[in-house]
Amino acid sequence: MTDKPIIQVQGLEKSFPTPNEKSSTQVFGDIWFDVHEGEFVCLIGHSGCGKTTMLNILAGLDKPTNGVVLVDRKDVRGPSLDRAVIFQGHALMPWMTAMANIDFAVSSRWPEKSREERRAHCQEFIDLVHLTGAETKKPSQLSGGMRQRVGIARALAIEPRIMLMDEPFSALDALTRGSLQDELVSIVHARKQTSFMITHDIDEAILLADRIVLMTNGPEARVCEIVENTLPKPRSRTNLHMHPNYYPMRNHLIEFLVNRSKNFKEEIASASYDPKKPPVARPMAADTTAALAAPQTIAM
Amino acid sequence: MTTTQPPWAKALALSIIILGVFLLSWHLFVLSKQGPAVKMDPELAELLGPTAKGKSAIPSPADVGKEIWGHITNPFYDAGPNDKGIGIQLAYSIARVLTGFFLAALIAVPLGFLIGMSNVAQRALDPFIQLLKPVSPLAWMPLALYTIKDSETSSIFVIFICSIWPMLINTTFGVANVRREWLNVARTLEVSSWRTAFRVILPAAAPTILTGMRISIGIAWLVIVAAEMLVGGTGIGYFVWNEWNNLSITGVISAIFFIGVVGMLLDLALARAGRLVAYVE
Ligand SMILES: Nc1ncnc2c1ncn2[C@@H]1O[C@H](COP(=O)(O)OP(=O)(O)OP(=O)(O)O)[C@@H](O)[C@H]1O
Ligand SMILES: [Mg+2]
Repeated sequence: MTDKPIIQVQGLEKSFPTPNEKSSTQVFGDIWFDVHEGEFVCLIGHSGCGKTTMLNILAGLDKPTNGVVLVDRKDVRGPSLDRAVIFQGHALMPWMTAMANIDFAVSSRWPEKSREERRAHCQEFIDLVHLTGAETKKPSQLSGGMRQRVGIARALAIEPRIMLMDEPFSALDALTRGSLQDELVSIVHARKQTSFMITHDIDEAILLADRIVLMTNGPEARVCEIVENTLPKPRSRTNLHMHPNYYPMRNHLIEFLVNRSKNFKEEIASASYDPKKPPVARPMAADTTAALAAPQTIAM
Repeated sequence: MTTTQPPWAKALALSIIILGVFLLSWHLFVLSKQGPAVKMDPELAELLGPTAKGKSAIPSPADVGKEIWGHITNPFYDAGPNDKGIGIQLAYSIARVLTGFFLAALIAVPLGFLIGMSNVAQRALDPFIQLLKPVSPLAWMPLALYTIKDSETSSIFVIFICSIWPMLINTTFGVANVRREWLNVARTLEVSSWRTAFRVILPAAAPTILTGMRISIGIAWLVIVAAEMLVGGTGIGYFVWNEWNNLSITGVISAIFFIGVVGMLLDLALARAGRLVAYVE
């Protein structure tokens, strides 16, 4: 991770008109944060706080009511091949095979490539997500996990500068989700892929993210805090909970989701809160005894 | 020995039984109507038709079968304007239906595409479509004959006008309801509008468009018979009318049979085409 920000979210606000069209409700507002080169940032918040809306604005599919998103210090005007999106549903074209779905993206990225070059390129990414052998299957013939893999391969295959992911694994069962998370960790780590991901899942955030943006409940959601992941890299699902910092991290995030996300207005009233510089938290084990106690509770 | 039969075999057996029962009751009905033959000059009896010979006015299944077999074995004879083989007549009708249908498709599909892509166009054109759609296509016939002054073109026009609505409405609907997600994928990939139209919108809407086409061809085949009865000259509709004028009920019934068969084949062809573009979400 370098200090160079790729994405800069500055004073972002989104409002939708109320049904009678007289006024409007603000989904979120005054959102400020950055995503740096090679960094993995997760956004956590309750359902309906505007996560998908925010991701759509970052992708350029939607326009903010106020504020700007800068990518490489340039205003986002619309969607771009530099920012690949993995949608909340898998969003594969059901009439195309797995290979054709990926090729649709690859041929959009490099129209000048020959059919053979594209094929080889697609195959590389199909192999990367362990889908070898399923190239000619249609999405309806694939399992939920395989579909999501095609979606990941499609996004990675265009070699984007930034990956934007909207709860890519939320529709999957725990086992499949786990193995896909492991794959994503290794891919992202190997490629130093700059990523921004929305999630509901605390363990997913701890596993994948370098920083976690906490978003309060909507309407009028704000960035409550930015949590730096204190667990060292490389992280893996099997040894994650062994680290002394795991429980402090996890408890901090749960505490936020359970209590602070809804009482945030009182919280800022009592503290000095600057939306441009949301407080940064680094949850860590207080001392070695606490650090040693954590793994033992698991062993039981 | 009992073997379990597949369901289709059972269905086929039942179909054959239903057909048998139908033919038998028809046959018995005709027998019951048969009266004693009145003694008269055979030439006069010939002129007065089958009833005078003591036969029922309704032909028996065997008579109709013989007639149908006659048409099948010799479908393409041509003995003057009022006596052509049923194959020729059907070919005229099919040619008119297909011409009108394809002309309609040529206009309805691109137009439906444009309307479906624009909310404003959809609202603006909706009243016109809603007003014109329920008009019986035959109501256009006098107008067509008056303006076009050619019976052939007029019947094609009537087919055109009746096939256009289902295709237009279904294309508009299909295009307007393409999943937002797929369009967003295309947008994030910076795909051009043309490529989006052909690679995303068209395949996504194709099943709906094909359903519209299937409805259209069904209506067109219904309408052509009536149109040809009005216009005359050639075609299966004219053939039916001609048989009726000759008091040949046998001819009318066998024509009904052929109209049914061709209608079924047209529908089957489009159902097949529909299966080619179908997808499972
Ligand atoms: N087009 C729209 N018009 C009006 N309101 C909208 C629109 N899109 C989203 N909203 C509202 O904005 C809020 C945020 O929606 P969004 O889909 O971003 O939530 P989310 O955080 O992604 O939720 P989830 O975790 O369930 O996916 C919701 O209250 C929703 O009702
Ligand atoms: Mg969402």
